[in-house]
Amino acid sequence: MKHWINQHTQVWRLVLSRIMRNKLSTLMIWSVIGIALSLPAILYVVIDNLNQLAGGVRNEPQISVFMKLDAEAATVQELKQKLQQHPGIAKQQFVSKQAAWQEMQQEQDVASQLEKNPLPDAFFIEPKDHSPDGIARLQHEIEGLPGVEHVLADADWAKRLYALLQLGKKAVWVLSGLLGFALVAIIGNTIRLQIATQREEIEVSKLIGATDGFIRRPFLYAGTLYGLGGSLLALGFVNGILTIFNLSVADLAELYGSSFILVLPGWEISLGVIACAVVLGWLGSYIAVNRSLARLNPN
Amino acid sequence: MIRFDQVNKRYRGSDEILRHVTFEIEAGELVFVTGHSGAGKSTLLKLMAGIERPTSGTVLIGNQNISKLRPRMLPYLRRKFGLVFQDHKLLYDRNCFENVALPLYINGITGQEAAKRIRAALDKVGLLSKEKAIPVTLSGGEQQRLAIARAVVSRPAILIADEPTGNLDEEYATDIMKLFSAFQQVGATVIIATHDAHSIQNIPAKVLHLDHGKLSVS
Repeated sequence: MKHWINQHTQVWRLVLSRIMRNKLSTLMIWSVIGIALSLPAILYVVIDNLNQLAGGVRNEPQISVFMKLDAEAATVQELKQKLQQHPGIAKQQFVSKQAAWQEMQQEQDVASQLEKNPLPDAFFIEPKDHSPDGIARLQHEIEGLPGVEHVLADADWAKRLYALLQLGKKAVWVLSGLLGFALVAIIGNTIRLQIATQREEIEVSKLIGATDGFIRRPFLYAGTLYGLGGSLLALGFVNGILTIFNLSVADLAELYGSSFILVLPGWEISLGVIACAVVLGWLGSYIAVNRSLARLNPN
Repeated sequence: MIRFDQVNKRYRGSDEILRHVTFEIEAGELVFVTGHSGAGKSTLLKLMAGIERPTSGTVLIGNQNISKLRPRMLPYLRRKFGLVFQDHKLLYDRNCFENVALPLYINGITGQEAAKRIRAALDKVGLLSKEKAIPVTLSGGEQQRLAIARAVVSRPAILIADEPTGNLDEEYATDIMKLFSAFQQVGATVIIATHDAHSIQNIPAKVLHLDHGKLSVS
């Protein structure tokens, strides 16, 4: 056990001293890895945020029922009862034209310039069946009821947005895959160059009885450290860039009357990025070292 | 300790370098391998140390058949040997102390224990005062002695040296031969290849003489 700890601290010391000796090149590798990782990470965070934004709508499809402007109070009352008893409706909310008018006057300046209430009575319905077909059927049925002017189902744009976000998610995976591959190649190549400069040492070590594990270890640790440093830098990039973005996003969202901002990646995502980079760094150097070791083995 | 039985060795595209080589070396012996250059001395040493495998025949090292040894076990076999290479194979980017430290680190010995043994080895070859020096600043004889220090630091049972006095003047060469005799006297098996039959005339030892791949023992 003491042997084992000794050997590993020895290796860490060696690896750290090599990194300290090559500060600039280490920093460059970290930056390359950091940039490569931050691209898909930023895309992921943006799409995840939009998903959250769209999520509320998607999960509760709403049907808006607008009454004719001249609909009698009795007709409205009758419809209200019908909707309440309808087996396909989970929730329904009635907003009278007066209530809507008042709300509008409070919120928007335009309203005060209008002399007369332009708004109809309205019902907002949440159907029990959330499938697009079920919503369409219900929409059609209500359209035929007396006093109803127009029925609006908002499932369509939600569906389109959802499909678009799915596409975005796929793009994240493809990009992550490609850049992950690039990461293995970058780290593998860096380690290969290091092996080339330490060729003599590896050769001598092998001749005097070093196991492959002994030779591999410092390179694996270095690869892992490249991954770790790169991923930490990537998280810095992602958080920094999103914070700068958010200044503009907040302005834009305000124009749409929303207080939406991009939520920075949580610890799960951050840990995920770090873990991926560490594993890929390890993998890249493992491949590079094994190729060199194979060349040194006796036949 | 080491036994060769009808060993042949050829490299791809070469003639037979060793032909039907059979001999045995006992533990604690001092052995010289002589012959003209190109006679197969280095190849013989490489076979003994498990660096090469025989094309045919059997090489037994401490009852282990090299040809049948799993590659994974090879490093552990090599640790039984202290090797002094013809071209030293010193690491020129680190100082004497660190060069000698390498076999110990490979064996998992570090820290105070390692430092003690490294200094003892350097002392034995007379380089203790140069532990911080980089090998290029050393003379040829000093580099040779550094290589020996590295070979003996992990106290191997068998010490193998390929032309350790090759490019040295006579005075240095005698010093180094004395050093090897000293190791043999404390119980190590010492095997030395040399093309210079003259310098070993007065030393009582087994001599394996190679001539174009054929071995004669005297």
